[in-house]
Amino acid sequence: MEARVRIQNASKYFGKRGEITALRDVSLQVMPGQVFLIIGPSGSGKSTLLRSINRLETLSAGSIWIDQDEVTNPHGDIRQIREEVGMVFQSFNLFPHLTAVENILLAPTTVKREPRDQALPRARRLLARVGLSEKENSYPSQLSGGQQQRVAIARALAMNPKVMLFDEPTSALDPEMIKEVLDVMLDLARDGMTMLVVSHEMGFARAAADSVVFMDEGQIVEIGPPERIFDAATEARTQKFLKHIL
Amino acid sequence: MAEVDKTGRPQITISDGALIPDRAEKSLFSAWRISFFGAIGLLALLPILSPTPYLDILRFVPDGILSTFQVTVASILIALIIGLFTGLGRVSRITIVNRIATIYVEVIRGIPLLVQLFYIYYALGQFVAVPRLTAAVIAMSVCYGAYMGEIFRAGILSIPKGQMEAALALGLSRGQAMRKVILPQTLRLVLPPIGNEFIALLKDSSLVSILAVSDILRRGREYAATTFRYFEAYTVVALIYLVMTLFFSKLVGIMEERLEHRGS
Repeated sequence: MEARVRIQNASKYFGKRGEITALRDVSLQVMPGQVFLIIGPSGSGKSTLLRSINRLETLSAGSIWIDQDEVTNPHGDIRQIREEVGMVFQSFNLFPHLTAVENILLAPTTVKREPRDQALPRARRLLARVGLSEKENSYPSQLSGGQQQRVAIARALAMNPKVMLFDEPTSALDPEMIKEVLDVMLDLARDGMTMLVVSHEMGFARAAADSVVFMDEGQIVEIGPPERIFDAATEARTQKFLKHIL
Repeated sequence: MAEVDKTGRPQITISDGALIPDRAEKSLFSAWRISFFGAIGLLALLPILSPTPYLDILRFVPDGILSTFQVTVASILIALIIGLFTGLGRVSRITIVNRIATIYVEVIRGIPLLVQLFYIYYALGQFVAVPRLTAAVIAMSVCYGAYMGEIFRAGILSIPKGQMEAALALGLSRGQAMRKVILPQTLRLVLPPIGNEFIALLKDSSLVSILAVSDILRRGREYAATTFRYFEAYTVVALIYLVMTLFFSKLVGIMEERLEHRGS
């Protein structure tokens, strides 16, 4: 089987002379339907790696593929690839001037030029899926953080992505709202969505992740099934980090 | 210019010119009320207390209000269009576009409006004859377009980066993201500062009297020149401007309040 997401020797350097390393020779393969959780201390490059997958960040070297399409090809049609890669942000980034349902409709009607009345039933189904049917006409400012994040997930799903990227989706949420977002993500994972999730939610990892990737200083230190990483990490750096967050 | 208030909603603070009514001041004798109704009261009282020359002045000068408004409204509309494109140019990633927009802003802001007026009417008038009203509108809108561009620029830049990223991540092009996501949010933000520019332009439009456009000031000058009633004529001129600008500044204040209440 072909990998859905293939990252080959990805490196990224910052600074005038490239003296700061964000990613160093990272390679990773995610098969269709797999869920990967990426953990690591802040500044370890996990968000940079995730954001490189839809080219919100550009790599200094290496390549990334979604199925047969090369994300990192500067002459490629990045917009077409982005349609197939949904992204959920830490700060939700809902469009504040649009209602929940309009947030979901924007991309299908703008990018795919679907007529509104054709896209609307799907948008409503997505809202129902994240449990927010009654909030259709609410503006983001009228929603709680957890509700906003669920709308943001529905918005990303509206483009029928093959892959979903989650960049610390619960970090900005109050504890009582984390579960409602994780439940939606679990539901997605069970549905067979390919997911890369930057998060330290161990419970989610144990319930849904095929692999946990531990990153530090721009490199993948260790990778394995959640039970093995959490209970029997082999690398000293992984053990030390897990001790901090457990 | 841009800052973020405690709700996390970006806002543009007003930095120039216009008189903005202090919304906190709800007292019956607020500065705005005293000035506004004082000016109206004086305009009503003076012709009663001394009909000559004030009644004559009040028959003669207000004819200029129409010209003042024509110049102001035409200029603000054109300046808005110029400003929108200048603002977009100032945040453009295309170097040449960015450079042209920035040079325009730098050059225009570096030349006094009065000099620009002379330049377009007299200097360029040597080559192309432009009617004075047209020249006035061109000069005013080109000048204010530069300032308006800076307002749009500040507005666009004050939208959090995540908005553009979210739009791009959904597959929108930069242009689509600008039209559908960034500009609609910017518009709400820039409305009050644009209102203030309108007031500033209304006042600056008095400069076009130099080109013999018969606006309020010009009418006042004409009256004074024939009757030598300088004090009385210019008192009325000043009061008319004051009433107009205070009226519009109140309007901007109300608009600002409404926009805040509507939330985002």
